[in-house]
Amino acid sequence: MNTPQARTQFAVQSRILHWLMAVMILAMLFIGVTMVASLGDYHMLLAIHRPLGILILILTVIRFINRICTKLPPFPPTMSRQERFVASSSEKLLYALMFAQPLVGWSMLSAGHYPIVMFGPVHLPPILPAIPILYSVLRKAHTILAYLLFVTFLAHLSAVLFHTLIIRDRLLDRMALWPTRSRKNKS
Amino acid sequence: MNQSKSDQLPQMPGGQLTGTSLVIRFTVIAIVIAGIAGLFAYAGGWLTPHALTPASMINTFQKVNGLHPGFRRNHAKGVCVSGYFESNGRAVALSKASVFSPGRVPIIGRFSLAGGQPYAADAPHMIRGMAILFKLSDGEEWRTAMTDIPVFTAKSAQAFHDQLLALAPDPETRKPDPAKMNAFFAKHPESAKAMQLIRSHPVSSGFENSTYNSLNAFRFINSKGAVVPVRWSMVPVQPFQPITEPTEGDRNYLFDALIASIHSHPLQWHLVVTIGQPEDPTNDATIPWPPDRQQVDAGMLTIDHIESDDTSPARDINFDPTVLPYGIATSDDPLLSVRSAAYSVSFTRREGEPKEPSAISTAETEK
Repeated sequence: MNTPQARTQFAVQSRILHWLMAVMILAMLFIGVTMVASLGDYHMLLAIHRPLGILILILTVIRFINRICTKLPPFPPTMSRQERFVASSSEKLLYALMFAQPLVGWSMLSAGHYPIVMFGPVHLPPILPAIPILYSVLRKAHTILAYLLFVTFLAHLSAVLFHTLIIRDRLLDRMALWPTRSRKNKS
Repeated sequence: MNQSKSDQLPQMPGGQLTGTSLVIRFTVIAIVIAGIAGLFAYAGGWLTPHALTPASMINTFQKVNGLHPGFRRNHAKGVCVSGYFESNGRAVALSKASVFSPGRVPIIGRFSLAGGQPYAADAPHMIRGMAILFKLSDGEEWRTAMTDIPVFTAKSAQAFHDQLLALAPDPETRKPDPAKMNAFFAKHPESAKAMQLIRSHPVSSGFENSTYNSLNAFRFINSKGAVVPVRWSMVPVQPFQPITEPTEGDRNYLFDALIASIHSHPLQWHLVVTIGQPEDPTNDATIPWPPDRQQVDAGMLTIDHIESDDTSPARDINFDPTVLPYGIATSDDPLLSVRSAAYSVSFTRREGEPKEPSAISTAETEK
């Protein structure tokens, strides 16, 4: 942890979790929005959607523990206090959504009297009693949270692109899985 | 000027960008963000508002039947039942689903008439439905929604949707428009053939002596991994009685007869599994399989309790035919996904709506 990279980059497991979950969550959002509009692919997409959602929930728990236990690299000096506040808040929002969305999905299926099938004979127990109106509310919440997650993702991506292409402060290097020029070499 | 500019824009460690370069870079960001948002919108169907979706399919049901909040958009009129399935173990060789191991599993179910009108008067030729949820001991479920017709009337989502519109009664004549019907059947000869089969199929006197068919094909997978295409039927123990005319003044005569017979003795059906050969179509529910196909009697369904939609948990169960235990899987029949998607929309809509009393009330089921 005393290498120069440790101070400018997130811990390696943090970076791996970030990119793994980025791909999974983006795939999940596209699967979700596609399946609700699809007659022919609905069944196949739903069969992926359920276990993938639970996998994301498990990874979110691991990532949250990791987030508490690891030191973060400092914000680049190019970020103002307000910008740092927005970045921290959006991080909290993303964590909250990553937790809430799979849990709402699981609760919704429980309230809707559905079996929560993962794969093969493996299925999860219901976490709520079967109550019609609860199902209805949670089903709507699942949609709203999905849109909120998608918009938050777009805002996050926009901010990173802005820093990378306009300010060019190498913000993205903090999360890079690929080799980066260290700040030392640059200056 | 310079002072105020550096206040607004953060410093750029990579050096100042020229105006053109800045415009290009902002454009790249805009294209990336708009591109992803656009793909998302496309995936969600917002760019193709006239495509057939689960929601538009259910909208068509509502258009044809009128809107009846709180009720299923199809098979709206029904009554709930419960009982058990007793497996004889003969289907174990075909499927590793635990429901086929010798023994009993509880079931909950619902008899219904096809159509989206919850207060329609019973009529002899209306399609009858039997939906069953098998509660397996390990917490798995098998849900099946069957009807008493020998084959389904359409082979694709679009055909089924167009058929709904073509066969919808004209508001004035209260009968389907023959021109629309003929146009539909000319375009879909498979549906015309299916209708002929359905018309020539003998209709029994009531729910209790009807045979109910899975219509769609499924796959059974056994413990060795061997897969066979199957269709299944619930074949009544109650002897066939020919169709009778409705009792004068009784709008629920089919349901009332079912209630009376369950009160007098439990009703029973054999679960008969038909095994398809490689040449039998699994992706077209309008085509019957040859009658000489091997059949396995997997066990006996016994129904000994009947209850109104108003009080039974079965009212709030979506009998999605793709809810299957390990050992039973969907086939390549496109209608299975279509049914799952459309049932889900109907379920979501009705669960959020205030409930109206069922035509088959508790007073009726306790008579």
